[in-house]
Amino acid sequence: MGQGIGQILVFVVVLIAASYPFGLYMARVFADDDGFLRRGRLRFLGSVERGFYRAIGDRTAKEQSWKEYGAHLLGFSFLFVLVLYAIQRLQGHLFLNPQHMGGVSDFISFNTAASFLTNTNWQYYAGESTMSYLTQMAGLAVQNFVSAAVGIAAMVALFRGFSRRSSATLGNFWRDLYRTLVYVLLPVAIVGAVVLIAIGVPQTFHGYATATTLQGGHQTIARGPVASQIAIKHLGTNGGGFYNSNSATPFEGPGSLGGYFELFLELLIPFASVFMFGRWIRGMRNALAIFAAMFVLFAVGVGVNFVAEQHGSRVLRTSGVNITHSGLQTGGNMTDKEIRYGIAETALFTTGTTMTSTGAVIAGHDAMTPAGGAVPLTMIFLGEIIYGGVGSGMYGVLFIIVLTVFIAGLMVGRTPEYLGKKIEAREVKLAALGSLFPAVLILTLTAAAVVTKSGLASMYNPGAHGFSEALYAYTSQAGNNGSAFAGYGGTPFSAYLGGIDMLFGRFVPLIAALALGGSLAAKRAVPASVGTFRSDGATFSVLLVGMILLTAGLMLFPALTLGPIVEGLMH
Amino acid sequence: MKRILVASVVSIVLMTAVFGFAYPALMTAFASAAFPSQAGGSLIVEDGKVIGSRLAAQAFTSPGYFHERPSATTPAYNAAGTTFSNLGPTNPALAKLVHQNAAAVLKLEGPYDAGLTIHQIPVDAVVPSASGIDPDISLAYAQLQAHRIAAVRHLPLTTVQKLISENTDGRWLGFFGEPGVNVLELNLALDKLGGK
Repeated sequence: MGQGIGQILVFVVVLIAASYPFGLYMARVFADDDGFLRRGRLRFLGSVERGFYRAIGDRTAKEQSWKEYGAHLLGFSFLFVLVLYAIQRLQGHLFLNPQHMGGVSDFISFNTAASFLTNTNWQYYAGESTMSYLTQMAGLAVQNFVSAAVGIAAMVALFRGFSRRSSATLGNFWRDLYRTLVYVLLPVAIVGAVVLIAIGVPQTFHGYATATTLQGGHQTIARGPVASQIAIKHLGTNGGGFYNSNSATPFEGPGSLGGYFELFLELLIPFASVFMFGRWIRGMRNALAIFAAMFVLFAVGVGVNFVAEQHGSRVLRTSGVNITHSGLQTGGNMTDKEIRYGIAETALFTTGTTMTSTGAVIAGHDAMTPAGGAVPLTMIFLGEIIYGGVGSGMYGVLFIIVLTVFIAGLMVGRTPEYLGKKIEAREVKLAALGSLFPAVLILTLTAAAVVTKSGLASMYNPGAHGFSEALYAYTSQAGNNGSAFAGYGGTPFSAYLGGIDMLFGRFVPLIAALALGGSLAAKRAVPASVGTFRSDGATFSVLLVGMILLTAGLMLFPALTLGPIVEGLMH
Repeated sequence: MKRILVASVVSIVLMTAVFGFAYPALMTAFASAAFPSQAGGSLIVEDGKVIGSRLAAQAFTSPGYFHERPSATTPAYNAAGTTFSNLGPTNPALAKLVHQNAAAVLKLEGPYDAGLTIHQIPVDAVVPSASGIDPDISLAYAQLQAHRIAAVRHLPLTTVQKLISENTDGRWLGFFGEPGVNVLELNLALDKLGGK
């Protein structure tokens, strides 16, 4: 176990060392004073940027109110979802389809279009046997970039709410979108793709390869333009794989490095966003207090999953086979796990991917032990709060912070304010909407799925584990996570219900974030006084952890008892 | 409303062109120039024939070959239809599968390894991998199979063990992840020794 803990610690140190400067860089990219982009070697990108504004008929990229910002964001997203739906339905008649895939069915196309638009990447299909190269590349992978950029844009707009004084505007949607794509996502995706290609992820337009095996059998080997898609799949916390088994597939996550490198890409922007916030508000200590709260929950998750999976399930412990860790084997619960990753890397990846609502996997979560499987389940409940998806995680935690400041203020009789902005009824209502809405959605839809016949038909495993699957499915989709207890699904009912879950789970909190930003930006700054509740120390971190567990945890705890906890008792 | 429509349509076209076509095309051009083997799926070619990929398990049933981990794909080791087993920890099917697989291993290896009991069977030999095409097995499972290979191929056990260590992929940088034995490469090396 010691060696495994060592791997995890070194990875985390490297990650923080890289994400801190990256966060400072992101703060400069979106700054109102964009001289940094207009001088020096990046200058040519500035003229491309102005060309883009001319092309879309918004020559000056003028400042927008939160309502205009939101209208442009929504209009753009819903037009894009139509394109995604159409490409899937028509792929059989289009080009770049060497495997002659037919059109995708209506319910899978709907679910998948909603899934990629909302940065969820729930996969109702097996990529290598459903989607043409065109759909993967020009449909799904484009959304990996765009949905990530939309999330980051909304986050930056909310940041402006905290930094601006008496302002009616929150920036320009198209400018934030463009800058995320060109200065943040594309350069890192290119570097990421190069590394992935070098370690063995295929990148080709040739059709699948056919091999004659050593024993004379035939084997078809799926490949395609994989690396370019996988780089952004992780960087944009999207998670939708090229292959059905996602990054567990050796072509999508080759070698021991595969999992670690992809996790690095996944966590880079969510970690960096916290540091970016610190620089943005000129208060890094506030950001560190947030970071600490998130990190503690992350560390607990990794620890629990690691220990539980290494201990193994009762079936394995009582079967007589050797599950003891040694120099010759990893041991533990190796069901639906890969040798090159073993238990430590899998525990770290599983926690990281669910926590950031990426949903990529390097192991089957459905086959984890009850305690081990409870970690990804808990993490997707907290998914858009601690770290969370790119952009969405940061506005998710800011909702909770507003609630924390409000409740803490009430407890000690101080005026609720955060970063010099008074927190009043409107802010609290919006924050409550943003943070509680997903839970309402999850519980309603899970209930619908377990009391209807078509809902029950969607389960794979019997009993309490089947309930866990349904709960996991609607939580994962509402939280725009996308990982699954993968046995669940396969019915039009669950596909449509899931699609609705993802769309509302994404856009209701996002619009609440913009409205919160608009409301805060309009306020004047209140100078800090002795009555101000401090938001930059360990006390605040502890309060924030409490509030996160209270809001997300308690609401879903009753449902959790019906699934994993019953299973654990039966176990 | 019209402004939103125009800006959205233009952006969708531009973004699809850049991220949907230019970016993957650029990456593909780079890959085929700099890393042609990896780009094509790390295929192993012997005498002009593709015999598999070093990144995908393939079916080995003959007693003269090392066997892979169990696979949940249909058929087993389907490299164009990867899947988890999704067998939950309390699913009776998991218990059944583990017992069946353990019994099969005992039956296959027992005759070559006197005193082999279920307690020596490593867990990866009896449970499915995540992808169904995990190219690796644990060192423990490889050493368990070494007795059979040595006997069937009439090779000294030490020769087989040496081949195992030559075809073991260590941790990355000797530190990250877990070591594994690449079964296809190991079997290829065996065939090259001859003696089948």
